[in-house]
Amino acid sequence: MSDATPSRTIKIECLRYDPETDDKPRFQRYQVPFTDDMSVLQGLQYIKDHLDGSLTFRWSCRMAICGSCGKMINGVPQLSCHTFLREYYPRTVRIEPLNHFPVIRDLVVDQSRFLDHLETVKPYLIPKDDQPLAAGARRQTPAQMDRYYQYSQCINCLLCYAACPQFGLNPDFTGPAALALLHRYNADSRDQGWRARREVINAEDGVWSCTLVGYCSEVCPQGVDPAHAINQNKVNSTLDYFGILNLLLPKGDKT
Amino acid sequence: MSRFQSTAKTYVRPMSGWWLKTPYFFLYMIREGSAVFLTLYALVLLTGLGCLAWSPSAYEAWRGLLDTRLSLGFHVIALLIVAYHSLTWFQVMPKTAPKLPFDSRLIVRGALATSAGLSLLILAVLWWVA
Repeated sequence: MSDATPSRTIKIECLRYDPETDDKPRFQRYQVPFTDDMSVLQGLQYIKDHLDGSLTFRWSCRMAICGSCGKMINGVPQLSCHTFLREYYPRTVRIEPLNHFPVIRDLVVDQSRFLDHLETVKPYLIPKDDQPLAAGARRQTPAQMDRYYQYSQCINCLLCYAACPQFGLNPDFTGPAALALLHRYNADSRDQGWRARREVINAEDGVWSCTLVGYCSEVCPQGVDPAHAINQNKVNSTLDYFGILNLLLPKGDKT
Repeated sequence: MSRFQSTAKTYVRPMSGWWLKTPYFFLYMIREGSAVFLTLYALVLLTGLGCLAWSPSAYEAWRGLLDTRLSLGFHVIALLIVAYHSLTWFQVMPKTAPKLPFDSRLIVRGALATSAGLSLLILAVLWWVA
């Protein structure tokens, strides 16, 4: 926290839910002194340290790379360490857990649905042949790397799921981050896993549940474009349905 | 059931009215809903074509219906909404394309220019015919 003496006080409203005593969530308001360099996460930490030790929330790195501290801040999914209190003053900051996930306690959500989806897309390289270590690294040109690099920046922060109404309405939808990661591996020249992942892409709960709302790509703190990953795979899925994709895939990926 | 699922009691927030909670979702719903006006306009044109094939008097009756305030109002609203429909769908068009070696905004601008050009061409042909 800054050494500067806080001269202003901001109102922070937090969603509170205690599964042992509450049937449904309520909002609790706190008065938090803040300085210009304080993030919303630091505001929450101030509440926990000085006002109410029972407030529960996830956080870790404080520098927008671990993906732990995503919250709904005034209705917008954001990393709370990457959002500053000064941007809201003198308005009230209203903090809720990420939308479209069940609330476990206060600002903590149950991420298990996402983990299920992430597992189904096989988010790892599936090479055609096992190559001995002695053969050295699998080389790649900058152009080949450029095809997937953006998608590999995902930090699993789940802001895109909180921005996706289709996931909120149908939690079986594989969802933005998992499908973007699926594309990240399919687009990698070292990977020949298209066949292993095709059922997830082609399923109704795969790319076809996306209606191109596009908000997922707007809220991503890492500049990933999940809407692009999903919608270009609608074309691939159609080509696969008509048996044309097989002719277009690189040699190693053919079925 | 998920192997990651916790046994803790959770609270699932309702989704009702989700599209009113964010301006982004509201505009998305207008984009989707604009298809209704596009369909209605297409049906009006189709009816006109049907009337033309049926008889000259039916065609004149259809034209008479178009020359009412209600019809004019509908066409003005439909024109605005269909223009919004085209604009927003052109804007998301690059999302459906594979990774391109040029700025994806060129696709949007190209589509808008083509659409505007064709509309002007049709107007010019109509003016020439009339």
